[in-house]
Amino acid sequence: MTAFNRIALTAGLGFLYAPILVLIVYSFNDSRLVTVWGGFSTRWYGVLFGDGPLLASALVSLKVATLAAAIAVALGTLAALALDRHGRFTGRSVFTGLLYAPMVMPEVITGLSLLLLFVGLDVERGIPTIVIAHATFGTGFVAVVVGARLKGFDRSLEEAAADLGASPARVFLTVTLPLIAPSLAAGFLLAFTLSLDDLVIASFVSGPGATTLPMRLYSQVRLGVNPEINAASTLLIGAVSLVVLAASWLGARRGTTETV
Amino acid sequence: MPIPIPQSLEPLLRLDGITKSFGAHRAVDTVSLDLAQGEFFCLLGPSGCGKSTLLRLLAGFETPDAGMIRLGGEDLTGLPPHRRPVNMMFQSYALFPHMSVAQNLAYGLQGLGLSRSAIAERVEGLVRLVKLEGFERRRPDKLSGGQRQRVALARALAREPRLLLLDEPLGALDRALREETQGELRALQRRLGTGFVVVTHDPEEAMALADRIGVMDRGRLVQVGPPRELYERPASRFVAGLLGDVNLIAGLLGLADGGLRSVHTELGPVRALASEALAGAGPGDPVVVALRPERLRLGVGDNALSGTLVDTAYLGDRVRRRIRMADGTILCASASLLDEAGGPVVGDSVSLGFAPQAGWVLPA
Repeated sequence: MTAFNRIALTAGLGFLYAPILVLIVYSFNDSRLVTVWGGFSTRWYGVLFGDGPLLASALVSLKVATLAAAIAVALGTLAALALDRHGRFTGRSVFTGLLYAPMVMPEVITGLSLLLLFVGLDVERGIPTIVIAHATFGTGFVAVVVGARLKGFDRSLEEAAADLGASPARVFLTVTLPLIAPSLAAGFLLAFTLSLDDLVIASFVSGPGATTLPMRLYSQVRLGVNPEINAASTLLIGAVSLVVLAASWLGARRGTTETV
Repeated sequence: MPIPIPQSLEPLLRLDGITKSFGAHRAVDTVSLDLAQGEFFCLLGPSGCGKSTLLRLLAGFETPDAGMIRLGGEDLTGLPPHRRPVNMMFQSYALFPHMSVAQNLAYGLQGLGLSRSAIAERVEGLVRLVKLEGFERRRPDKLSGGQRQRVALARALAREPRLLLLDEPLGALDRALREETQGELRALQRRLGTGFVVVTHDPEEAMALADRIGVMDRGRLVQVGPPRELYERPASRFVAGLLGDVNLIAGLLGLADGGLRSVHTELGPVRALASEALAGAGPGDPVVVALRPERLRLGVGDNALSGTLVDTAYLGDRVRRRIRMADGTILCASASLLDEAGGPVVGDSVSLGFAPQAGWVLPA
């Protein structure tokens, strides 16, 4: 590695991760002032776990993420199966486009259009509406992850099961599903983190009493940053990193379970 | 182990005019065939000839565009795979990677209304049948190629099918194991009395295994018969070449000569047996004389030919010689080393001959 490359790498990584590192370091700051280092302490984590509204928001976020990811896995898997198994059906490209559109659509647009929909249908906004909104874009991601797994799936395994007397439903439950399960889990974790992270769409479609963790953090920051926010953010970063690592580990197992 | 089958005049399997197209490509073209009870049948042909598609039609993974499939008098044509009393052993073996050997074997037994202990007993019997005792709890990826092959075979036999379909069953095994397994497969088939249909591209394997071989070419079943008939009396140049090495000597048909036909070739006049395919042919029609290398002998005799030895290959059990004839064509002669003492060297002029019954005249 040349000196230039080394500097470029350091600068690049620094640009990406220095802010996060600073945030993590300052979450262990003893001082009440965010910018002044007052020694190592975990007191803000203590404060954090005594903060009722913040914990309530975290619970809302977990509820929303779990439900939205579950719905996204069910719908995304069905979509991936339809795309993989039914060849060139009429409207296939339109269906693919519709499936992937929420992934690339600006969040403001998705949020706004969903808000208009819910208002138009006179639906009371709250946790259910956030779940629906998050499931919408999670479905596309799950379909991509599961679709990749289905592409490498050995169809003769399903034929062998049918040949051995298994009905189509039994083939799916005993052969297809167990073999694509790692991708379903990876898709679930991906949809889960996306939901946990989301601020924009949730802000549009939430209602009174349904404040997610990112929404709570954002509103507190507007009143001034305090070290408690740093501590909450550090925990959030830890949780998301853990889930992403688990998802990629599940994805990497793909190769080993498939080779007979 | 086999289900007792009532003796009847009906063949085990009857295919009647089976046709299957994929787009404009006719994969299987009006194939009709009868299989007797307990017969070991091989479908032989080059890749893409439709033999695997025919097997998939029998298993129910494909539906024929036309024709009928009957098994023991019962019409199977429209039945889905899981309702057919037919099982298949896949070329890739298709063992369930998330199940142990015992679970793979038990898969086909679930849903037959058997008790848990009955299933366990049957699985044990299958494990013994293919000599895999001690491997019941292993996953397929922890088995050798030969062991996987035996699991696949046992799994396909678990439901005691009336007809077993095998797609290149020995294709993934190395040579030594393949010959050993051929013998085991043959013995197993005789013992069970189940009808076997094997797809293979290897003529030696087909001849070693089958009671009868069906040769396929571009979707059509071009000849059906016992191995010896196909090897020695092929119906066409294609079949002659598919079953093994063959010399083809071009010429014009001459007159009938006491059960033999004379043929005027570039190498001189010869006499040989003629195929029924030439029944309507008259003198002067273009033909080829098909001659297996082991039938072409050095020395003077019937159908004397002469040429120059260009190459001698020592193959252990036999020696193969290539001889250039006067018109430039190369003929191949192979001889057992038991008969050999010395022999000509490269560059020598050699005399050749073959018995009239050894030559086989075919349409050009």
